[in-house]
Amino acid sequence: MTSVSPPASPSPLTAAALPARAPARRPGFGGLLLAEWTKIRSVRSTLWTLVIFAVVSLGLTGLFTWLTLNAASNGRRDARASGLFTDPVSFILGTGLGLGQLAICVLGALVISSEYSSGAIRASLLAVPRRYPVLVAKGLVFAVLVAIVGEIVAFCSFFIGATLVNGQAVTRTLSVAGHAVTVRRTLEVSLSQPNVTRAVVGAGLYLTGLGLFALAIGALIRHTAGAITAVIGMVLVIFPLAGLLPDSWGAHVHAYLPTIAGQLITQDKPTAGQLLSAWQGFGVFCAWTALLLAAAIYLLQRRDA
Amino acid sequence: MIEAHDLTKRYGDKLAVDHLSFTVGPGRVTGFLGPNGAGKSTTMRLVLGLDRPNEGGATIDGRPYAELAQPLRTVGALLEAKAMHPGRSARNHLLFLAQTQGLPSRRVDEVLDLVGLRDVARQRVRGYSLGMSQRVGIAAAMLGNPSVLLLDEPVNGLDPEGILWARNLLKRLASEQRTIFVSSHLMNEMAVTADHLIVIGKGKLIADCTTQEFIERSSEKSVLVRSPEAAALAGLIAAEGGKAIPQEPAHGRAAALSVTGLDAPRIGEIAAANRIVLHELTPRPASLEEAFLELTAGSVEYGGDVPAASEETAASSAAPASTAAPASTAAPGSSQ
Repeated sequence: MTSVSPPASPSPLTAAALPARAPARRPGFGGLLLAEWTKIRSVRSTLWTLVIFAVVSLGLTGLFTWLTLNAASNGRRDARASGLFTDPVSFILGTGLGLGQLAICVLGALVISSEYSSGAIRASLLAVPRRYPVLVAKGLVFAVLVAIVGEIVAFCSFFIGATLVNGQAVTRTLSVAGHAVTVRRTLEVSLSQPNVTRAVVGAGLYLTGLGLFALAIGALIRHTAGAITAVIGMVLVIFPLAGLLPDSWGAHVHAYLPTIAGQLITQDKPTAGQLLSAWQGFGVFCAWTALLLAAAIYLLQRRDA
Repeated sequence: MIEAHDLTKRYGDKLAVDHLSFTVGPGRVTGFLGPNGAGKSTTMRLVLGLDRPNEGGATIDGRPYAELAQPLRTVGALLEAKAMHPGRSARNHLLFLAQTQGLPSRRVDEVLDLVGLRDVARQRVRGYSLGMSQRVGIAAAMLGNPSVLLLDEPVNGLDPEGILWARNLLKRLASEQRTIFVSSHLMNEMAVTADHLIVIGKGKLIADCTTQEFIERSSEKSVLVRSPEAAALAGLIAAEGGKAIPQEPAHGRAAALSVTGLDAPRIGEIAAANRIVLHELTPRPASLEEAFLELTAGSVEYGGDVPAASEETAASSAAPASTAAPASTAAPGSSQ
């Protein structure tokens, strides 16, 4: 072992402009947030996924609303029975965003799983060997980004739908005491109606929760294709299909599933037999997401990277 | 200073690192050698806290990696050059690393200048060659101006100019009293770069000594003998307990033998006693490669069955200095 001699004069290239070594304290969490923002903005997949999310959500909201109104005015019975005429706000927020949400699922899974598939996670963990702050910072930055974009798209969806729907006449034929009575009314949706603002804001909140839900799955599975398949399979197939479970226990299981519960906050009117209120449902969704994030952090601390 | 103590890592039934203890000191380049699958990369990952050891542990300047407050200002590491998001530019890769340590973005430009990548740093790394990716990795390792560097195969993929650059960089960093721990499978490169060697095989320590000692430890010193009566001489050498391997005849010169087991004076005496003319009698010290092959012979994890192949490898890259080297004293280790 050679004894350590006094440090040689620093070489010009390597040490010259580096500020004098600060006393060894951990760099602040702010630096980690900044680093995660750099990561998320510096890959094109972020921008592309968000553009697809906005285009699909807004485009399909407009398209479905217009098609349904059109079909109904042509006398199609199934169109007249559509939710657009019984609960237009839930219809507007449910159609375009219902498909657009898949882009958020993809992005949430991608922001963490791409680090594993490329190996960049090792650079991240070498920089932050305590590990969990990486996931916390990533979750926060991603949540803020999805919240902002999600709220903007939710409000735009609502205004597109409202523009198409407002002023449209609906005629319904009711049977009153044996007489056929035709009721004619005009559709009207606005943010000032009860629970409507909550539903629109809630759609953005739901998307934020969904993004974190997908991020947690991505952190658990660590493979991009596997994580995306898992999240979309759950949101699109498994959770909705659970509604077919028999009896009241089946209904309870279905009601407490993550995205089923979470979507209640995007509806202004409760449906018949709804087991949870809008905020209770969102709370259940947040609890699921928190549970998965906790599991992801636990495994991040334990697994070999 | 890096200290590993009783480091042990199992993957299932396989013992990847087997109670490994060593110390890597400052002020010199320490080479980390071992056959493929010997556990070099695993050892580095254990030292860096990426994998958890089953037993034992490692410290850097007396502390486990995970407890370093500003790890990149203490330790720089290059593990896999391609371990970057392919869609991100080199500059942004380095920028986010700098931000985690509270380093100014100016430092990113400095290390990009250091590795000569400033002009392409804003391109996505998807299009980078392996050599360019290695340079980004070295830039990342130098980001925090660390006193300890762990580099896994840093010259892999570099062109000759790049290899020379990397060699000089490592030597200069060592001269600044930094701790440099570098693995490589390029033996000639290690022979001229490393002052000290840590050699492992099948996860166990085989040698921990200076490069010079390691080469001298090898018994496989050979003597090149050139004689018009090579065949007769070969028989006499064999009778004396030596081993003579005929070399490919060089154009217009007498046939040559590569002799092991006898030293040059003894071969000269045998020739004189039998009135055999010698045209050349050249003692050749073992190369690092030969010493390495001999000492790791029992520890080869993925050995091929064809001894000829490994002899060929040994021959092609053996001693670069000996010009007329169709020669090879294939180390006995290579032909099991």
